Amino acid sequence: MANLVEEFAEFRKSRVWRSVFRAGSGQSNLHRSLAVQQNVFLHLAAVKVRRRALEFGVTWYLGTLSLACFLILTVTGILLMLYYHPSVPQAYADMKDLQFVVSAGVFLRNLHRWSAHAMVLLVFAHLFKVFYRGAYRPPREFNWVIGVILLMITLFLSYTGYLLPWDQLAFWAITVGSNILAAVPLLGAKIRFLILGGHTVNANALLRFYVLHCVILPLIAALFVAVHFWRIRKDGGLYTGEKSDD
Amino acid sequence: MTEPKDFTASMDSDSRRTPVRVAFVTRRTSPQVRTRDDRYVMTYPEVLFRAAVASEILLLALALVSLFWNAPLEGLADPMQTPNPAKAPWYFLGLQELLHYFPPVVGGVLIPTLVVLALIVIPYFGINIEAEGFWIRNRDAKVRTLILVVALVAVFLSWFKVWAVLIPTVAIVALTLVGAFPSAHAGAFRRWLHLKPLPFWIMSWFLIVATILTLIGTFFRGAGWALVWPWEVD
Repeated sequence: MANLVEEFAEFRKSRVWRSVFRAGSGQSNLHRSLAVQQNVFLHLAAVKVRRRALEFGVTWYLGTLSLACFLILTVTGILLMLYYHPSVPQAYADMKDLQFVVSAGVFLRNLHRWSAHAMVLLVFAHLFKVFYRGAYRPPREFNWVIGVILLMITLFLSYTGYLLPWDQLAFWAITVGSNILAAVPLLGAKIRFLILGGHTVNANALLRFYVLHCVILPLIAALFVAVHFWRIRKDGGLYTGEKSDD
Repeated sequence: MTEPKDFTASMDSDSRRTPVRVAFVTRRTSPQVRTRDDRYVMTYPEVLFRAAVASEILLLALALVSLFWNAPLEGLADPMQTPNPAKAPWYFLGLQELLHYFPPVVGGVLIPTLVVLALIVIPYFGINIEAEGFWIRNRDAKVRTLILVVALVAVFLSWFKVWAVLIPTVAIVALTLVGAFPSAHAGAFRRWLHLKPLPFWIMSWFLIVATILTLIGTFFRGAGWALVWPWEVD
């Protein structure tokens, strides 16, 4: 085992490894900074953070957990797409196939469903936690706005996914929701027609919700999540109530 | 890598010639010197490790839930057969509960739009930035204003018979007033209430009312949106 660790450490010094992870490896703070700064995904974050920001009580890790939910949902969602046809009534038959034919199909759908509920809860909790800490204060005010937008996107993602099983629960939940939309003055009926592709929930609505749920909304969400994380760094790191001295 | 600078230690009082000077500090006035800055940690590996552990715990919990509880799946969608009641997803049931009391344009459009706008503008208003204790200044005028506002809200909510909002609203305002007049030997809780800013009260009111409405919509509404017990909701 120790041998394996040593060999891995050796491998990290090789040209191949260093061609992939530009920074190379090392134990110094410089190398650790570069590991973050030279990585396209990690560079959204700062290379160092206040120790206090890592304490559980400060954030309850709600933002991290929201992102974790988003990642779980992306992976399970892509796997579910392999077994799903956004058409009537095949969509419902696919649910039954997931239940009785696909290996671990029930588990896959369960994990996607419960993660979705968890994400809505966690994002709401994140919003309230940030509010009660007063972490929306300048210079972080626009990141709060992005957070509210992300909450809306989360709700839309959950809502569009709700229709996809095409069972009674899905159909009537979306019917109730889209009827609320029709109450918008003047444009209500037109907005509902735009979203459903018809006057009632039908096959067009299923296809539109599928495209929104699997392509448009996740892309928008990823974009805003990136800006949200980048703004944490730009706005001086997570708010801890301490005065920064640099 | 860098060349060592050629410093020379010398005694001088001309600040233009020797800008770097040594300060002699006596014991009594010695300034606090931080020898090591331990208030910062490296993102890699400290933050990434913690984030990974937190995510794995969440994944484990969700996987366990998924093993023991199945996602609901009812019969094939049938536009001809309306279930009674037809319910929106749980996070919209607070709204659906409001629709029961108010006309659709109020409960379904006006209120949610106002909520979203109110959330967005929070960091742009001084009152939310300063977060001064609500009762610290102009207490008597504020008590009068608060009672007047709540009376108007109470009339409005009574008109539409929205007891589910009226009762928690009155309770929270009562709690706010408890903090208004802390006596010299008031308990810690009362002093805590006294120092809470207005944004705290408004957000807590919103959070509590939204939670109550969602719980009622989820667990206490049956056929025809009539009040039922949770075990009667199917």
